[in-house]
Amino acid sequence: MTGWNWHLDGWIVLAGVLSACSCALLGNYLVLRRMSLMGDAISHAVLPGLAIAFLVTHSRSAVPMFAGAVIAGVVTAVLSQAVNRHGKVEHGAAMGVVFSVLFALGLILIRQAADHVDLDPGCVLYGNIAQIPLEAIGGRVPPQVVNLAVVLVVDVLFVVLFYKELKISTFDPELATTLGYNADTLHYALMVLVSVTTVANFESVGSILVIAMLIVPAVTAHLLTDRLSAMIGVSLMAACLSAIGGHVFAAFGPGWLGMKAATNTSAMMAVVAGLLLCAAVLLAPRHGLVSRLLHRRQMRMTILREDILGLLHRWQEMRAEGGRAMTHREVLAAVGDTRSVRQAIRSLLRKQFVEKASGPPDAGHTYRLSGDGQARAARLIRSHRLWESYIDRHFNLPPDHVHMSAERVEHFLTPELRHEIEADLTSPRTDPHGREIPPESIGG
Amino acid sequence: MHDQTSPSSVQRASPDHDPACPVSIHDLTVAYHRRPVLWDIDYAGPEGQLIGIVGPNGAGKSTLIKACLNLVPIASGSVSFYGKPYRQQRRLVGYVPQRESVDWDFPASVLDVVTMGRYGRLPWCLPPTREDRRVALHCLEQVGMADYARRQISRLSGGQQQRVFLARALAQDARIYFMDEPFAGVDAATETAIVGILRELRARGRTVLIVHHDLQTVAEYFNHVILLNMRIIAAGPTAQVFTQENLQKTYGGRLTLLDKAAQAMALNGNR
Amino acid sequence: MCPAFRQRERDEWHLMSPRARALAAIGMAGVLWCGATVVASEPGRSITDTSIRWPTWPELARALALRDYNTRVVVLGTALLGVAAGVVGTFAYLRRRALMGDALSHATLPGIAIVFLLTGAKSMPLLLMGATISGVLGVLAVLGMRRMPRIKEDAAIGIVLSVFFGFGMVLFGLIQQMQTGNEAGLAGFIYGKAAAMVAGDARLIGVVAAVVVAACAALFKEFRVICFDQEYASSQGFRVPLIDLIMMGLVVMTTVVGLQAVGLILIVALLIIPAAAARFWTDDLLVMVALSGLFGGMSSLIGATLSAIVSGLPTGAMIVLCAGVFFFFSMLIAPRRGVIASAARHWLLRRRVAYQHLLRALAEYEETHGEGAAIGRKDLFSVRSWSAAQVRRTLARAVRSGDLAVLADGSVRLTQRGRVEALRILRNHRLWELYLIRHADVAPSHVDRDADEVEHVLSEAIVRDLERALDEVARVPPSPHVREPAP
Repeated sequence: MTGWNWHLDGWIVLAGVLSACSCALLGNYLVLRRMSLMGDAISHAVLPGLAIAFLVTHSRSAVPMFAGAVIAGVVTAVLSQAVNRHGKVEHGAAMGVVFSVLFALGLILIRQAADHVDLDPGCVLYGNIAQIPLEAIGGRVPPQVVNLAVVLVVDVLFVVLFYKELKISTFDPELATTLGYNADTLHYALMVLVSVTTVANFESVGSILVIAMLIVPAVTAHLLTDRLSAMIGVSLMAACLSAIGGHVFAAFGPGWLGMKAATNTSAMMAVVAGLLLCAAVLLAPRHGLVSRLLHRRQMRMTILREDILGLLHRWQEMRAEGGRAMTHREVLAAVGDTRSVRQAIRSLLRKQFVEKASGPPDAGHTYRLSGDGQARAARLIRSHRLWESYIDRHFNLPPDHVHMSAERVEHFLTPELRHEIEADLTSPRTDPHGREIPPESIGG
Repeated sequence: MHDQTSPSSVQRASPDHDPACPVSIHDLTVAYHRRPVLWDIDYAGPEGQLIGIVGPNGAGKSTLIKACLNLVPIASGSVSFYGKPYRQQRRLVGYVPQRESVDWDFPASVLDVVTMGRYGRLPWCLPPTREDRRVALHCLEQVGMADYARRQISRLSGGQQQRVFLARALAQDARIYFMDEPFAGVDAATETAIVGILRELRARGRTVLIVHHDLQTVAEYFNHVILLNMRIIAAGPTAQVFTQENLQKTYGGRLTLLDKAAQAMALNGNR
Repeated sequence: MCPAFRQRERDEWHLMSPRARALAAIGMAGVLWCGATVVASEPGRSITDTSIRWPTWPELARALALRDYNTRVVVLGTALLGVAAGVVGTFAYLRRRALMGDALSHATLPGIAIVFLLTGAKSMPLLLMGATISGVLGVLAVLGMRRMPRIKEDAAIGIVLSVFFGFGMVLFGLIQQMQTGNEAGLAGFIYGKAAAMVAGDARLIGVVAAVVVAACAALFKEFRVICFDQEYASSQGFRVPLIDLIMMGLVVMTTVVGLQAVGLILIVALLIIPAAAARFWTDDLLVMVALSGLFGGMSSLIGATLSAIVSGLPTGAMIVLCAGVFFFFSMLIAPRRGVIASAARHWLLRRRVAYQHLLRALAEYEETHGEGAAIGRKDLFSVRSWSAAQVRRTLARAVRSGDLAVLADGSVRLTQRGRVEALRILRNHRLWELYLIRHADVAPSHVDRDADEVEHVLSEAIVRDLERALDEVARVPPSPHVREPAP
């Protein structure tokens, strides 16, 4: 492929962005309403609408085709509902029945029409975005781009005008109904718009890839954000990125791999959207796999460090001031001799919670809590013993069982919770085993 | 030993479980997404008793049963049946789930469902025998549903569906039964029928643990009771345990502190 | 039909051991399979025309008699596919995994394309292996994503379906520009190209169908219990994940061998539609499996034959359309669950309710106006709110059946026969009202409406229960309502 050409690539990217954005915008609501597959069903089922419109009018003019497809889309939604309700067929399966039969019907009808006009079923599936610039002769804006822009504007208007209604009926349809919004009307309005958007996108991205644009950017955004407005914004960004990236990779990617070819832009848009989703699944700040993994590791390390601090504290508590410090070997014997334990000890030394001294010749180093370490350890011990006392009071457990629970909970008690427990127990001085509960802060 | 134990030695081998004890639960903690919903349950069920599990909504009654049957993951602790873990004792343990847990429009007759009670003892691929179906029919008779054997399960009333589940458990011929709210939403006839079956199970030396929500009938139906609200408030013979004071503790508001601690653990342990 | 005979027939079927029933099912599949292989071994002429053209009579006869070799391969191959998909589809449908098949079939595309890119040849076993691998990856992706926070199952299915398909199309775009001629067959995987099926393909489908049917028969018990009650199955020691895996494995096999015949977009229809159609006819799982297999096989048989007779009709789409017709009629005319049957039931109930309301109204009128009192048609409207047409129709029926007599002035009164019936109805009504007031804490002003709905469906057993519960032996309990004496 040659380099970037604004007259060619510009129009393609613009068409891609417009169609991806219009799909992604509505997709947010489909995903949140757990109706992702309705997009799937509608995008399959508009095929017979197109074919029938053509067979009736014998022309490829836009208006009847559009009307036929939109009607087919709405019929799909209504029929699925009817099969679900009257046939007692589970919702997903009902949709499967309806859209596959309609799609089959569409294929057969299109075959009948195909002799008279180039209504290529393949084109319906993966679109014909590469043809768009050919229409832009003499500085004219290609009609497909105009269509897509109009649809996007309509979608945006719908979402902006009915933002509040959509939000509430998506979150809680029953509440919406009691508040006087007609949830059914909104539902069908949304279905009509999804049909319109799907039809408009046929020529650029094709029906299956409409599904990708409806669902994937919205799911990506849902992983990254916590608010509807932000989710919509991020999904639009993801849609734009997939459109641009899709065209760049499709046109130039094979060249980078040393192939003298280009591939399908709209298909590549779906792939890029999928890659963005993968990135979100891995890297999302709160829900991503990596962050959860890191957090879990960190949590384990924190618990280990605190356990060692607690161990040293108890050791020192049991021996009089100035007694023998705990040796390296004894610590390992108590906590376990693993890599992460040694790592935790190093980190405690680095943070100067623990001080190292040379111990008896055959036992390695000895460890002693520093001032800071002492304070930390005391807080932990306090949590532990407060919890033990709390359990002892409220649970019907033998006293020798309270320790296990405290081992687990001690790392998670905040100062407020400790305070509440203390209030509940009316300022206890000792735990059920008779050991002293350290004060909240050593200084005071 | 307590304050000297370190984290690793805490995870000691599972404690001794009494082989004579039908169900022994040791320090069981169950967490959903790291958020504990049951705290430190410690209980040894006596043989041959009807044991009611009583507590307010959200107290973790069903969770306790499911944890015993390995249906929800256990955060810590262990459960054993006659001294051995559940995996080795499956045969001895019967389960009556909540009625709402299945799709009653499933294409199966009443007899089909009851015969499922025998499936656990059949090896892979082998269908139930005539004998299995005879046992199933007999169990249906016991719950007074023999006339309905051929009927599709959706055409039963709620109480009848419950009795079908009970018959399925009977067909299993277990020594310990777990029942999740068998009395929920049933008619008086079914309630009487179930109570009759329970008494007979007890007479045959079976141990039955039943999640129950109707305080009025606890003393009448059960001779043992567990009062549960995220932790065991009290457990033992009904006469001793089912007291106004204990009920007050069980129902008189949650320990909000437990909720807060659970929240803190969920937030830090799992995001 | 004589009900006793039907009952006996049903009992026979139930007492037949499941093993025998399973063997019968295997036998059925076996017969079909043998038919396919024996007949498929004879060469003949091609049917790959592209123009739309109605057949001449000899051609029609040839096609219908399966005398043509290619037609025979295609028709029998797709029929076996239909049986397999129908059988395994039943379990997928009941396990609510129906649309998982959609994700799976779309996810096969990149595998096919990669194998083609790597080997550069159209070797069917390799292509199918590629399809299997990427299809399984797709299913695993759905299962994995479902565990993520904030990704629901439907979204996961949509994501896998569209992204995998997109990836497949990207590779196809490359293939189209790099090679020449050879890749034409690959597009057949998308829409299906049954006409290209050769005897080897049909045989492969036959083997898969045999495996699927045999596995479903052998594991019938396991599949049934996890479809009905997964938790219980797990508490009984069934290894639910393993059984699930086997079930999905069968679905994958069926889907992959069906790609060429039906195409990856429509193959899911063969998994769902026959099962959903069969559900209308029966409440017995085994019968449902058999029926679903039958529907699947029949739709494939009819669809493929039609597309062989009328050239220019795509086979896969015709098969799905036939399945859709089966579904449509099943939903319409099935005896108990069908739409017509339930509408008829509803209509009959409404008729009966209106009739009983009329009789009760007259009985209540007699209570206040004395036995044998006649009521004018106008007064009837003041007793209840009902439409004129309804009253006219119901009155006519009551007169025809001899429960009412029309007097000369047009007013009506109960006959002796009608009075007995009316009092029975009134009594049921009052019993139920009393029961509601005494045992369900319903306010007397509300019971009338509640009783109205229930009284018509009270069986004799329930009435006896009511009598016992209310300790009521009086013939007709007095009305709980404080009624204004009639003018």
